[in-house]
Amino acid sequence: MTIDTLRLTAEDALGLLERKEVSGAELHRAYLDAVAERDGELHCYLRTVEAAEGDGVPIALKDVISTKGVETTAGSRILEGYVPVFDATVAARCRAAGLPVIGKTNTDEFAMGSSTENSAYGPTHNPWDPTRVPGGSGGGTAAAVSAGLAPWGLGSDTGGSIKQPSALCGNVGLRPTYGTVSRFGVVAFASSLDQIGPVAKNVRDCARLYAIVAGEDPADSTTVDVPAVELPEGESLKGLRIGVPKEMNEAEGIEPGVTAAVQKAIELARELGAEVGECELPRSVEYGLACYYLIAPAEASSNLARYDGVRYGLRADAEGYYEMVERTRDAGFGDEPKRRIMLGTYALSAGYYDAYYGQAQKVRTLIAREHAAAFERFDVLVSPTSPTVAFRLGEKAADPLAMYLSDLLTIPSCMAGLPGLNVPCGLSEGLPVGLQLIGPQLSENTLFRTGHALERALGFDHVPERLR
Amino acid sequence: MTARGVGSTEPPRSGGAGFAGAGAGKWQPVVGLEIHVQLKTQTKMFCRCANGFGGGENTQTCPVCLGFPGALPVMNRQAVEWTIKLGLALDCEIAPRAVFARKNYFYPDLPKGYQISQYDLPSCTNGKVLVPTPKGDHEIGIVRAHLEEDAAKTTHVGGRTGRIGGADYSLVDFNRGGTPLVEIVTGPDVHSSEDARRFLQLLRQTIVELGISDAEMEKGTLRVDANVSVRPAGSSELRTRCELKNMNSFRFVAQGIDAEVKRQIALYEAGEEVVQETYDFDAGSGALTARRSKEEADDYRYFPEPDLVPVEPPAELVERLRAEVPESPARRIRRIEGELDLDRAVVLVTGGLDGLWQATVAAGADRVAAANVIANRLAAVDAAAVDPAELAKLVEARDRIPRTALDEALGKVAEPGFSAAPYLEHEAVSDAAELEPIVARILEANPGQVAAYRGGKEGLLGFFVGQVMKETGGKANARAVSELVREKLLA
Amino acid sequence: MAITREEVLHVARLARLELTDDEVERLTGELSAILEAVSKVSELDLADVPPTSHPLELVNAWAEDEPWPSLSLDEAFANAPAREGDLFKVPPTG
Ligand SMILES: [Mg+2]
Ligand SMILES: [Zn+2]
Repeated sequence: MTIDTLRLTAEDALGLLERKEVSGAELHRAYLDAVAERDGELHCYLRTVEAAEGDGVPIALKDVISTKGVETTAGSRILEGYVPVFDATVAARCRAAGLPVIGKTNTDEFAMGSSTENSAYGPTHNPWDPTRVPGGSGGGTAAAVSAGLAPWGLGSDTGGSIKQPSALCGNVGLRPTYGTVSRFGVVAFASSLDQIGPVAKNVRDCARLYAIVAGEDPADSTTVDVPAVELPEGESLKGLRIGVPKEMNEAEGIEPGVTAAVQKAIELARELGAEVGECELPRSVEYGLACYYLIAPAEASSNLARYDGVRYGLRADAEGYYEMVERTRDAGFGDEPKRRIMLGTYALSAGYYDAYYGQAQKVRTLIAREHAAAFERFDVLVSPTSPTVAFRLGEKAADPLAMYLSDLLTIPSCMAGLPGLNVPCGLSEGLPVGLQLIGPQLSENTLFRTGHALERALGFDHVPERLR
Repeated sequence: MTARGVGSTEPPRSGGAGFAGAGAGKWQPVVGLEIHVQLKTQTKMFCRCANGFGGGENTQTCPVCLGFPGALPVMNRQAVEWTIKLGLALDCEIAPRAVFARKNYFYPDLPKGYQISQYDLPSCTNGKVLVPTPKGDHEIGIVRAHLEEDAAKTTHVGGRTGRIGGADYSLVDFNRGGTPLVEIVTGPDVHSSEDARRFLQLLRQTIVELGISDAEMEKGTLRVDANVSVRPAGSSELRTRCELKNMNSFRFVAQGIDAEVKRQIALYEAGEEVVQETYDFDAGSGALTARRSKEEADDYRYFPEPDLVPVEPPAELVERLRAEVPESPARRIRRIEGELDLDRAVVLVTGGLDGLWQATVAAGADRVAAANVIANRLAAVDAAAVDPAELAKLVEARDRIPRTALDEALGKVAEPGFSAAPYLEHEAVSDAAELEPIVARILEANPGQVAAYRGGKEGLLGFFVGQVMKETGGKANARAVSELVREKLLA
Repeated sequence: MAITREEVLHVARLARLELTDDEVERLTGELSAILEAVSKVSELDLADVPPTSHPLELVNAWAEDEPWPSLSLDEAFANAPAREGDLFKVPPTG
């Protein structure tokens, strides 16, 4: 049978497998064929896995996820040729669920970026318009799902790396509550912020994949027990209280087309029975980005210290140990990791800790408190996920601060460890617009229910127009 | 952690023992100790690789302790509990919330580029150890005791003598990397090498009795660094201090402190200043070698380890651990000190022999005689395996039975089912009639020594007794021989 | 909040990054701009606010002291740039 990977959802695929209309290997092959056909242009994958292991729905894994026996580079030269001898917990859970890996997807180097242009192996292109970025850092997974090169995939999100590319590529992407999905074996960027999560074509697929990977892991001390995942069914939002944070919806830099699509979705939610009211997150938006760009680089500067050329990865030639380490790190890291290592090292260094890292941790407390106050009145907060639709390749590459602004709206909830779901809510200039749904910790089921109802009502076609 | 030979400083060799150099009385040594104790848990601090010697190189490693990308640490509950227990034994306050931090620096033995260590919120603070001394209890403050992970082992190959400077390359074995260490930091309360020795003996015994470490300096499971300064006697200032490392026995700690104190006094008396340095102590030559100069001061960029969560020990746990702490060696020394002299009491307690001594006395042995036999003859024996009743019989018969029989019996006293009875049947020769001719023969054969004894060298008594014992094949009663010899010499 | 060239060099040394002159030049400008932006956090008076080092309030996540199998030597050295015997080989630290 011919399999239309552009249209096929994971749930559809599961049906085919259950009815034995297709085997896992055949499905896997269909995706590899699609990759052969379309990935030359898009560059979603850094490498594919030829042998199908498992008889389930195939999956794409972001290249920060360690896969035993399959090279894992985190988009960096410093890990070129590194083949893990162990699986990340999420990879092991996919394996246990029988999901064959299609391949490892492109990412900004060490997940540091918002466009996937920081990959040492070249950028990924947006399937809706290949002259544009897919967002980042998880642009590879998002573009693959959007272009029918995977039914679903896993990404990692530190300040928006699942939600933002999902918005720019027209996918459903969940950044789960911090601690619900194990980070063990996932190349670390900023440990107190990193979360693994699913990217899919619709909310039910997203919930299914979340159910496979979520849950306490004895190998990750920061994981928690997770409530049973409920697959969303209905279309009613009766009883749901939706808050619209003023600052998140009126921030400078939000494109009018984005605002229009988000407003339409909010109106629809009201029609589906939700109570909608305005609320405020003034300091979260005003200080969130600054807080993030202190905490994440500080942790990154320490997390990336292990790349020293001693036990794995690149090693530069040198007479002495320190010289070897310094040259290896100079040759192995690209500009963005270097920038963040420098920034983070500075923020932690003697005399600056209190003013930078210490102060940022206190701002983090404020952000969490503001969100907690909002959740006393509302079940879900909504805003655009990204202030803009997909921008052109190279457009922001020369200006780190402009690039950092892409995550203005995704970052605050990350700082508070809150779950966030991106649901496509329309097009602006022919490009997808993402709606961000934020809930209190462990409220994934509420986000799924809300997202599912809106998705049905919105009727967004997830297949890029140029590929239909 | 750069380590470079920056020159070698020979300690002054004149001046006699201890600090008795010129002007020593005018200066007071001020020493703080940092002690690292390797816990004998089954597994490492943050992974479940085996902790301990014996495995082949790099066979006790995993993604966590090799710092592979994505690997995460998980605390060892036993290590956390033992740290708290040690803190309780050292009279510390137990933190309701202890937090691990990352100490960032690069070295081949540090696979993650940071060491995980408790930093500003350690598990144990503000304790003390009361060290019994001839002048009363000497209080050594315990500033903190915190839990951390050990570094791996780096070997420097080639170049000069395998030391770091000039090596061709280095080799790393990660078996020891990530094993649990408790670091104990004392206040600047140690004022002599003798203070240090007494304190370390007690501390070591405390640790051994808690069952948390072998605490053997020779094996590196107990490591001592000393921060040494001196000040004018009577002042309370704290002057520039130097750190001594690499002293792998209590004796070397004492020697190192003595050498460094002398060096500093000599500098001050020559009108010079002490420069803050870290020195390695070389036991062979007694030399102190500077490690690095201070302008390379490190900036470790500590911050809370985000991969771990805080330790908040429940009150029930702390109370259970408190109940498990045995009576401290210091308290036991004080308790038996009235019945024995201090040095004997210290030897028994720090040798873990005081329990056996008490039981032996309770079984009827003389206090002093039992203490002598146990301290002198049974130091290397497993005290718990000895039946005190049998030992008491031997102690009481010590002068009556032949030396050879006593030696044999003491050699077997810790064997299962040991009975003193067969040894007690031997009677030592104490019959004067039998001994007198032998004594006479010995005195006759050693006229020089006899004259010397009579001239006041009374210490020669032992020589004559020994000769007689030899002659009788150890079967003579030593006390009877001694009395007889003295009688003849005084005649 | 400008960062000086000397500070950039000092930080690069702490981070063990060998930077070219061009990189030092560029980073001095970029880091100054970023620091200017992130220094915004110091506008707030947060003397009474506790720091959050973690989004979850978990404590006492620990494992029992029971061994698990270690890696084989082949696995431990699978990605090693240099090995001598069963040891990792590195240039001298001296
Ligand atoms: Mg230490
Ligand atoms: Zn290990």
